[in-house]
Amino acid sequence: MTDVSATPAAAAASRSQGAGMKTALRWGLYLILGLFAIYYLMPLFVMLTTSLKSLEEIRTGDLVALPREVTFDAWAKAWSGACTGIQCEGVRPYFWNSVLIAVPGVLISTLLGAVNGYVIAQWRFKGANIIFALMLFGCFIPFQVVLLPMARLLGLMGIAGTIPGLVFVHVIYGLGFTTLFFRNYYVTIPQELVKAAKVDGAGFLRIFWSIFLPLSIPIIVVSVIWQFTQIWNDFLFGVSFSSAGTQPVTVALNNIVNSTTGVKEYNVDMAAAIIAALPTLLVYVVAGKYFIRGLTAGSVKG
Amino acid sequence: MKYTAKAAISAIALTVAGAAHAEPQAEVLHWWTAGGEAKAVAVLQQEFSENGGTWTDMPVAGGGGDAAMTALRARVLSGNAPTAVQLKGPAIQEWYEEGVLADISSVAEAEGWADVLPAQIAEHMKCEGDWCAAPVNVHRVDWIWANKSVLDANGIEMPTTWDEFNAAAEKLQAAGVIPLAHGGQSWQDATVFETVVLGLGGPEFFQKALVDLDQEALTSDTMVQVFDQMRTLRGYVDDNFSGRDWNLATAMVMNGEAAFQIMGDWAKGEFLAAGKVPGEDFLCASTPGEGYLYNVDSFAMFEVDGDDKKAGQDLLAKLIVGPNFQKVFNLNKGSIPVRTDVSLDEFDECAVKSSEDMKASAENGSLLPSYAHGMALRGAQSGAITDVVTAHFNSDMSSEDAVKMLADAVANSM
Amino acid sequence: MAKWFETHLPKIVLAPSFIAVLIFVYGFIGWTAWVSLTRSKLMPRYEIDGFIQYDRLFASPRWDTAMNNLYIFGGMFIVISLVLGLILAILLDQQIRVEGAIRTIYLYPMALSMIVTGTAWKWILNPGLGVQAMVQGWGFENFKFDWLVNPDMAIYTVVMAAIWQSSGFVMALFLAGLRSVDTEIIRAAQIDGIPTWRVYTAIIIPSMAPIFLSAFIVLAHLAIKSFDLVIALTGGGPGYATDLPATYMYAMAFSRGDVGQAASSAMIMMLVIFIIVVPYLYSELRAKND
Repeated sequence: MTDVSATPAAAAASRSQGAGMKTALRWGLYLILGLFAIYYLMPLFVMLTTSLKSLEEIRTGDLVALPREVTFDAWAKAWSGACTGIQCEGVRPYFWNSVLIAVPGVLISTLLGAVNGYVIAQWRFKGANIIFALMLFGCFIPFQVVLLPMARLLGLMGIAGTIPGLVFVHVIYGLGFTTLFFRNYYVTIPQELVKAAKVDGAGFLRIFWSIFLPLSIPIIVVSVIWQFTQIWNDFLFGVSFSSAGTQPVTVALNNIVNSTTGVKEYNVDMAAAIIAALPTLLVYVVAGKYFIRGLTAGSVKG
Repeated sequence: MKYTAKAAISAIALTVAGAAHAEPQAEVLHWWTAGGEAKAVAVLQQEFSENGGTWTDMPVAGGGGDAAMTALRARVLSGNAPTAVQLKGPAIQEWYEEGVLADISSVAEAEGWADVLPAQIAEHMKCEGDWCAAPVNVHRVDWIWANKSVLDANGIEMPTTWDEFNAAAEKLQAAGVIPLAHGGQSWQDATVFETVVLGLGGPEFFQKALVDLDQEALTSDTMVQVFDQMRTLRGYVDDNFSGRDWNLATAMVMNGEAAFQIMGDWAKGEFLAAGKVPGEDFLCASTPGEGYLYNVDSFAMFEVDGDDKKAGQDLLAKLIVGPNFQKVFNLNKGSIPVRTDVSLDEFDECAVKSSEDMKASAENGSLLPSYAHGMALRGAQSGAITDVVTAHFNSDMSSEDAVKMLADAVANSM
Repeated sequence: MAKWFETHLPKIVLAPSFIAVLIFVYGFIGWTAWVSLTRSKLMPRYEIDGFIQYDRLFASPRWDTAMNNLYIFGGMFIVISLVLGLILAILLDQQIRVEGAIRTIYLYPMALSMIVTGTAWKWILNPGLGVQAMVQGWGFENFKFDWLVNPDMAIYTVVMAAIWQSSGFVMALFLAGLRSVDTEIIRAAQIDGIPTWRVYTAIIIPSMAPIFLSAFIVLAHLAIKSFDLVIALTGGGPGYATDLPATYMYAMAFSRGDVGQAASSAMIMMLVIFIIVVPYLYSELRAKND
């Protein structure tokens, strides 16, 4: 609490105020933050407790209550025993598909976004801004609209129902956001940098590779987090453009959860949902700090 | 492992028998993904591989097949249609009109389907005279389930008319029991609605209103009465029904919180899974009035390339309607075989009643397709009706307004 | 030749992405516009048949509800998420001891898919199971919280769940903004004796204008695309009281075999997006061109 120079808020708070008043304010502050934490945690709490109950207890007891008896059966079943069709191997076999889709999808869209942002922000040419505007507007197209024509084109390209096909789709519809991120980041870097490098004889790619990319770590983190969340959680593309053997984990989750006339096992549903979300949760927990730092570093600055 | 070995042996046997035959292949798109349903369809896969076929599973659950239909459209447009697809009702003919369904008449004729299937159900499987789909089972939709001890405690018999039902409900309400367990999802509202149409209007009226979409029937006084009864039923449902899954409503009947539920015979699976015994713990009866509303699941074969896939379609079609699969599948699923020549010895009393009623109503013309489960109408029309039914049930709209809205919506959906 | 290549390299590098966007965004919008003028049923067909689909769309009471809901939902969701995100960011910027943990708690909902989270919300909001039952259980018999089952209020529960999912992300955006405000100016203001709240309203918040715009774009994009949330939480119910244009379009295209109708609703949706987004793009890009 002694270092008051770090943030404007701290600087503001450092003005002399009564010590008692200050303590009361702090308590109030923590209380408010705590209440909001409860609001944000509530659904996760419900999911967790439900996943630890037996089906018998769910049927008879309150849905929103602590388990009387904790059991991890549902977790084991969700991972490797729940039926997702005639196979009853849980979400495990689908996990790998999602990884195969998400990793290349994230990398390619991030790289393309970086290059696009670099060109639009630093190598301005006539019409560059219009191109950028057109790409940005593409972020807003509802995915339900593109399903049918996309299916046709994927068929013509011969990648319908394959993992490369799904990667392709995710890259296309991720481009708008990744380009936005990188463009807004690079636009804050003075043009003089490129000019000086050119004088030194460096070319377009050289400048990008040796100067811009090393500067871009924070915004790469932002782009990766955003794209990974989008692709990993996608259901609509996953269900439409996959075939047997290439279905991602969200489709498996849906198959466990949304069976219409089967017996509903809520504990397994909830466990499967948490398992399916673990990679994204992990990314948020591990990279969350860098996320804020990356945003601070300029992506959202005008 | 056991099956793989078996499959290998029978595959060899097949190859020896007819060297010219390609090995049957099938990619099957369906939405039976959990519990008894998944077990039931796994039976088909076993038989398929025992006969030398290779089954590729393509399950997509959700919304009673909505998500699967989304995937199907994308697959067909990309020129990569699955071999066999779970489809039902007029949707079969709709897909046929798009020119993407395969003709399986040769199998149907060789197996003599026409002799073992009820004529009316067989009609659903034909496209312009050719067989284009294979039926799997018959679900009865117009069931009313009850908690026996609750009825006994209040001295109530299973109602046979809607008036009796209303009287029983008043009594239960006075005794502090929720008369009707219901989940406020549009398809559940529609399910109740169609049983009321059948009960109050009779089979002929049902046919006119919900199958032929006769404007006179839709705007008739009978329809006003139907909506009146829906309003009455709304009063027998607890206040927290919105969005409730059907199985939670079933659980309310099971634990005595509520007395009745109107739901198709998949609800039986939920009772049985909880170890309840039909006739002792719970009762099954047809909803008040005469008639029988069926919901038949079926598989349609899509036009595909390759002899192995075509062989797969033929084999699959043959097995689906085969007596063994019909029995095992329906024991798992809670429905009854669509074949009339399968022995029902191993089935429970509700299933036996369902089968007897089906035969009787087929004879007197009161065997009718369920509108709420996509057997009677095309999606656009049934959807338009459901919009009105659910809007009425979940608001204080008057019956007269509902009838007017119904007629408009149906006209607008054409 | 090499010289030409070097000068045009930036454009060549940008070209594939640009062409992809032209085809897969604008080409598809054009395709949708075309289909919206046909009588396409189960699958798209291409014989033009006038504006019949638009007539049907505007005659549909369900579509009216969906559009009204979009205004209520979109408006409230965006405004509340912005305000809440800003407040949380300011509170969290007061040198909080466990900032990292709290930040992660606020941010994690964005990581979950709504397919199942919607079920958890459904239970929490259900009067018989969740909050209402719990508070009544504490002895407050008259406590009522039944929005989920009330057709007039149900859309607000969708708003609540949507805010839950996205406000943490907005908080992160603002937190980043607060951290990049020039501390010198603030110090100067304090030396002049300006009260803390004035520092915020007069200096800090106005300086974050670009962040409001970025957050707005992200939120508007989420509002327009909200789909899983509605399906999982209310299924569009009670009745169709919580239908949104995206769910309407999906229902028409995929469960009802009415592709032409779906295309016309998509075009209207796109028009709304256009009206909202284009002014933003214009101002954003004009400012940058200086």
